[in-house]
Amino acid sequence: MYGLLQHLINGLAAGTIYALVALGYTMVYGVLKLINFAHGDVMMVGVYVGYATAFMLGREHFGSFGAVLVIFLVSMLACAAFGLIIERFAYRPLREKPRLTSLITAIGISFALSYGFQMDLAITLGGKSYTILPGAASRAFPEIIVPTQWLELGSDDSSVIIWNWQVISFVIAAVLMVGLQFLVFKTKFGRAMRAVSFDHRVAALLGIPVDRVIAGTFMLGSALAACAGLLYAIKDTSVQPLMGMYIGLKAFVAAVIGGIGNVPGAVVGALALGLCEEFVVGYTSSSWRDAVAFGFLILVLLARPEGLFGRVQAEKV
Amino acid sequence: MRSTLLSAFAALAVLSLGCEKKPVAPPAVEEKKADPVVAAAPKADTDDIVIGEVGSLTGAEAAFGISTRNGIELALEEANAAGGVKGRKVRVIVYDDQSKPEEAASAATRLITQDKVKLILGEVASSNSLAMAPICQDNKIPMISPSSTNPAVTEKGDYIFRVCFIDPFQGYVMAKFAHDELKFKSVAILKDVKSAYSVGLTEVFERSFSTMGGKIVGIESYAKGDTDFRSQLTAIKKMKAEGLYVPGYYNDVGIIARQARELGLKVVMMGGDGWDSEKLFELGGKAIDGSYVSNHYSPEDPSPVVQNFIAKYKAKYGGVPDSLAALGYDAASVAIAAMKRAPDLSGPALRDEIAKTKDFPGVAGTISMNEKRDAVKPAVVLKVEDGKFKYVTTVKPE
Amino acid sequence: MIRGIAPVLIAAALCVALQLGLGPYQFFAYLAALVGVNVILAVSLNIINGMTGQFSIGHAGFMAVGAYLAGIVSIATKQDHLTFLPEAISDQVFLVGSLCAGGTGAALCGLIVGLPSLRLRGDYLAIVTLGFGEIIRVIVQNTQALGGALGLSGVPQRAGFGMVWFWVFVVVLVARRLAASPHGRSLWAIREDEIAAEAMGVDTTSYKVRAFVLSSFFAGVAGGLFAHFVPIVNPGSFTFVKSMEIVVMIVAGGLGSTTGAFTAAVFLTLLPEGMRSLFTTLGGGDPSLAQKVDQIRMPIYGVLLVIIMLTRPKGIFGTHEAWDVITRWRRKAKPA
Repeated sequence: MYGLLQHLINGLAAGTIYALVALGYTMVYGVLKLINFAHGDVMMVGVYVGYATAFMLGREHFGSFGAVLVIFLVSMLACAAFGLIIERFAYRPLREKPRLTSLITAIGISFALSYGFQMDLAITLGGKSYTILPGAASRAFPEIIVPTQWLELGSDDSSVIIWNWQVISFVIAAVLMVGLQFLVFKTKFGRAMRAVSFDHRVAALLGIPVDRVIAGTFMLGSALAACAGLLYAIKDTSVQPLMGMYIGLKAFVAAVIGGIGNVPGAVVGALALGLCEEFVVGYTSSSWRDAVAFGFLILVLLARPEGLFGRVQAEKV
Repeated sequence: MRSTLLSAFAALAVLSLGCEKKPVAPPAVEEKKADPVVAAAPKADTDDIVIGEVGSLTGAEAAFGISTRNGIELALEEANAAGGVKGRKVRVIVYDDQSKPEEAASAATRLITQDKVKLILGEVASSNSLAMAPICQDNKIPMISPSSTNPAVTEKGDYIFRVCFIDPFQGYVMAKFAHDELKFKSVAILKDVKSAYSVGLTEVFERSFSTMGGKIVGIESYAKGDTDFRSQLTAIKKMKAEGLYVPGYYNDVGIIARQARELGLKVVMMGGDGWDSEKLFELGGKAIDGSYVSNHYSPEDPSPVVQNFIAKYKAKYGGVPDSLAALGYDAASVAIAAMKRAPDLSGPALRDEIAKTKDFPGVAGTISMNEKRDAVKPAVVLKVEDGKFKYVTTVKPE
Repeated sequence: MIRGIAPVLIAAALCVALQLGLGPYQFFAYLAALVGVNVILAVSLNIINGMTGQFSIGHAGFMAVGAYLAGIVSIATKQDHLTFLPEAISDQVFLVGSLCAGGTGAALCGLIVGLPSLRLRGDYLAIVTLGFGEIIRVIVQNTQALGGALGLSGVPQRAGFGMVWFWVFVVVLVARRLAASPHGRSLWAIREDEIAAEAMGVDTTSYKVRAFVLSSFFAGVAGGLFAHFVPIVNPGSFTFVKSMEIVVMIVAGGLGSTTGAFTAAVFLTLLPEGMRSLFTTLGGGDPSLAQKVDQIRMPIYGVLLVIIMLTRPKGIFGTHEAWDVITRWRRKAKPA
């Protein structure tokens, strides 16, 4: 019983992280009809920015609320900027071209980022050495949130532990998701986003600044991903350049399961995936982890090709 | 259409009639056709002797490759300063295999066929050595692995050697320590299914510990590169073992230790030489303190061979050498000694000389090749304290 | 019928001759075999991605199926030989058998994957094929009978580059004949505008599945060949990265062009080796510069993809073929 509860909590914690990344995917797909393969790797960049920020702040600040806030904000801003640059220079020129072209571009960026960060590059400025590219080896992520048990149910041998970072994860994710819902459904920008995702040509005709809306969507998605990445790094206490690729893929799978383009669907899909993964790994072995996401996806798509909450999109000729 | 089907059937019938088991040919002394390019000009006798090295200089196990390369370089530098081999300097060509077996195999092929090396030093990870060994064996180029401990490596052929002990011994060492010294009656194991090293060590430890009267209460597994071990550790916590054996590589073990302590798993952890790296302390932090490790050598060993090596290594590279560096140094030294003794530098001659290595004063212990081309040496048990490995005891082979 | 078979027989004879002549040059033989395998993968992927316009990015999964299947068949029949043939030839016959087994297995997987997913929209197909590739890899890694994560060893190393290039010839021939046939025209139609093709009476799902199965068969054969010249078949060779390398090749060469796929595959396989040798000599024999360059290779692939998409999305050859050029010259030479 306790094992089940523990797996449930761990699964939900992982799921909320996937949800934050999946939201980025689903929003971008909604407005651009593009699978942004590079999303996960932008997240990875954000995590390394957070890593660098943490070290620049200094070890003595670890554990303080202020430091955590600063690291998260810096990371999210950096990611937003990065997402903006990628959109402007790699995706915008290809907007009217066939979708395959943008897809391949996205994959190219993903590769360039994840393998680029596996290289070692350090420059020496004025005596101090600055690492530009971190290299392939995993690094321990600084303990900006010192893991402590928040709640322990049950006795020592069959206890369910809820960690402080899990709670923080839940809270941040919940706040962001509620904020996003508000943004998409109650603000002018959100209305513009929804209009562009229906039909961007008509939206342009109606005076909506399509380019700016798309850019804004990218920035938003990337910022959310940065947040997710930091939460993930805190959870796994380590970072390495390929982390973005796999989390990104699984988050994308989650978005597809929920129905790509559908915001609540992405969240549901992500939570479902997180739970599924946790239970499979818990009851069989961790080497099956990667297969779970895709297996789940294939099953869902076989039954319901548009995803759980997706709209059946008739293709107009 | 019918005619094609008929002819297909006919062909199949004829084939199956003629199908038979091959007659067991006597192990033929294979005459490998000499590479035509080699037969050209005979090499000048004052040229450098070229040997090859394959290591993981990048990728997940980069620390291993870099340490080993440093050890080898140091040995060659010393040897060349002392006159080299019969007046000729020894040069090493190093290829990076990015911690991947298929790259190790292709690096070995390149070293042998393009760079025409006389022997190859490598690899550290058993999975990579296993990929390289058949190529070296087929081409009659001796291969000395500095630290691959999986027994299957030297079984690939009589040109494959190693200067370290093998896992059947290493697993036994830790099992004995756990049982006799730490007095554990029950141990859980967390193994890495992706590395031959970890899988092999797990089997040996399980067998030895059970034979000694202990109980393996459970075996959980992970895959190299995983970052979240909490489900496995939660399961292990329930097993209530007195010790936890984690025969994996340093980059995973560090994270495992941290997450274990987070989960409230207070048991003593034990491991093998895969833990040996500075990075272990960075990744594991305080969580790793109090663990025990079986290893090839201890920097605290007062013997002059060891201390000389450490001094020279510190001077050249800064930092205390880990056992990978020590074994790299030993592998290169054994190779050079064999090259000095051999009548010529052909593959068979070198192989014979390496096989004759007896009581060689290596840094990581005295090296003697047994008939399986493994080095029979003692192992040390070290304890992790305050981000350092501290010597506990030596276990000699029976 | 003779006209159909003749090129194959000539090619076979040529390959045997080349193998016997150049076989002993080990490194060349190894490289040639590697290039050949990549060419087969590229040309076969081109059938589904290029000619039919579907986006499959799990090709390495089919390669893995072929490699492992052919590998275990070979291991099982290691001691068998046909009495009426000399051992070397008998080995090759068994090799062909293993390759066909591997290819058929991969084709079957192609059918299983293709049937349900080719109904899906383009982007979804990409994800499903990617997922399939990953699932195959995970299954193989967890199956002890296939060597688990450590890989399958003991596969008899029978595939010389001659055999590999024979199959290169076969796949190029098939691709060419397909492209020029009415069947192929339907595939092109599907690529250009699927709805219009369906409206014109082309059963798009059936054609797509057939293309997929054909493409997977050859991927399986490529995998089988690979298994027979590398000492250990490691699941790490069949990751998403490998699939992407093939995609880069056909995109750079021109989606839909067999010549493009061929050229790009040759170039991109030899490039790392060439760069390594170049930078080693530039570095005066010290391979560390070459290693740095090797590290940059993958990010450069990524950047290359982006640049190609931004500047020349059609790739080097677009949809042109080498033989079209030859035909055009011939036609110009003969005034009507």
